[in-house]
Amino acid sequence: MKRDRTPLFIALVFLFVISFGFLLPQWAMFIVTIAIARGLVALGLMLLLRAGLVSFGQALYYCLGAYAAGALGRFFGLSDIYVQMLAGGALAAGFAFVLGFLLARYRGIFFGLLSLALSMILYGLLVKNEALGSTDGFNILPSALFGTRPEAGWVRYAVMASAAVVALLAALLVHRYLNTPLGRLAPAIKDNEIRVEYMGASARRAVHVKYVIAAALAGIGGALAATTVGHIDPEMAYWTTSGEFIFITILAGTGSVVAPFLGAMIFGIIHTVAFDISPNTWQMSLGISLLLLIVFLPEGLWSLFSRLRWR
Amino acid sequence: MVAFLTPQMAIILDTKNLCKTFGAVTAAHEVSAAIEKDSVVGLIGTNGAGKTTFINMITGYIKPDKGTIEYDGHDITRLPPREIMRLGISRSFQVPQLYGSLGVFDNMMVGLGIVLSNAGLGGYFSRGSALVPGYGRPAEEVAEHLLGRFGLLEYRDRNAQVLPGGARKLLDIALTMVARPRILLLDEPTSGVSAEEKFGIMEMVMKAVKAEGATVLFVEHDMEVVSRFAQRVLAFYDGRIIVDAPPQQALEDPEVRRYVAGKRDPLERTSA
Repeated sequence: MKRDRTPLFIALVFLFVISFGFLLPQWAMFIVTIAIARGLVALGLMLLLRAGLVSFGQALYYCLGAYAAGALGRFFGLSDIYVQMLAGGALAAGFAFVLGFLLARYRGIFFGLLSLALSMILYGLLVKNEALGSTDGFNILPSALFGTRPEAGWVRYAVMASAAVVALLAALLVHRYLNTPLGRLAPAIKDNEIRVEYMGASARRAVHVKYVIAAALAGIGGALAATTVGHIDPEMAYWTTSGEFIFITILAGTGSVVAPFLGAMIFGIIHTVAFDISPNTWQMSLGISLLLLIVFLPEGLWSLFSRLRWR
Repeated sequence: MVAFLTPQMAIILDTKNLCKTFGAVTAAHEVSAAIEKDSVVGLIGTNGAGKTTFINMITGYIKPDKGTIEYDGHDITRLPPREIMRLGISRSFQVPQLYGSLGVFDNMMVGLGIVLSNAGLGGYFSRGSALVPGYGRPAEEVAEHLLGRFGLLEYRDRNAQVLPGGARKLLDIALTMVARPRILLLDEPTSGVSAEEKFGIMEMVMKAVKAEGATVLFVEHDMEVVSRFAQRVLAFYDGRIIVDAPPQQALEDPEVRRYVAGKRDPLERTSA
């Protein structure tokens, strides 16, 4: 039996970020933290994609997570980063649990468009809501860690390290889930749902569970992004935000739980560099990157590692 | 109709007055059959006679408009396929239903994973290293064991989508065995397989299935296969069971000869 090296690899990356992350300039810490936030959303999308489902509306849960984090500070004065992420994940999971009863019945384009419709409903509600800042959104309280506020120069590192801890736990748990019988069901659902039912499993229940996990991860990612940026607005639920997450997931591939974080990091770098070089046409650079990827690496960046391993 | 059943046999599956229509087409009309434990029953009939509808109703794929299906004392008439399967009834398909992107071994492991989960031994955050119910062995060992039984070990690491026709059929049937069913319904297990392979495949399937201990109902068009492997034959025509008898008796029955085999008696031809 082949030894599973993924947990060790995840732990090493985590240790590297914690040990040497403080050497990074502040702007780089910001990019890494946002990449982790997006990576968490993409990790959830990866779970769905393995079962053949593409959610065009994952921004719904990203935005819910962000607003949960913001509301904690605005209405209760809470700004502890772990509490914010916990609230974001829990709110998103709760909504997904309810909406999942509807969404788990659909497959293919219907699943995708229904998820998109739901995210746009949230966008519409937030835009019209004065108490939550309408189209402008609102600023959220500076981050605290276990009740204390880190010194000004260390805030970014504290947030990044906290994000790394959550990413480590999420990646390990999802990796373990993928190796359980029900985790292994994803490609089977994608291939042949009739056979899954005739083997005694409920494909709908399995999809529902994956949907809730994906939403919780997106909610945590949203809360993390909110506390990192310090501001939230309805654009976080807009369809283009969902598009970015799909971009990252396809860029990364579904071969490993590490892939979404790698994809998010590369997305962040392409985005930053393209914006720096050409602020008005950075979307074109992203488009060309995706085009090249689909032509040359249709199974995503992670397939490069898989190929190297097989040689 | 001749009912073929002796009083001392234990009934494991009992269908009573099953009716099913699709618009103007009657797919099942008052279909009743009591299937005894450990028997091998062949279902014969022309296309559209109601054989697959009968299997589909037993396995929950379609619900009868009228009638009841009892399995070992449980009324399973309205249960969904997964619950019927969990009770011990499995089926294979005319067109093999496999997980095409996975390897042969992984196909088996997915099935065994479901069995473990249903037994509460492989939940969302466990690796399912428990022993498979009915086999008392770890999942990997059971997968190897079943692949061996069905002669599929040579294809172990091959993708299911690129298997030869006969191997695809066998894998489809092997998948039905992971939960160690008490009743196995095989829908045309030798269709799409060359004439030379047919008997070899049926021999292997019957040997494996009987070794695991299951009652078998199989749909078959080849009367030689039926007469060799079935202990009892249910002949279908126009949504009804027209004959229920041992193979030789059933295959010689005038109604079966006329409606199933398409042969007419010489006397009848003369008088017509």
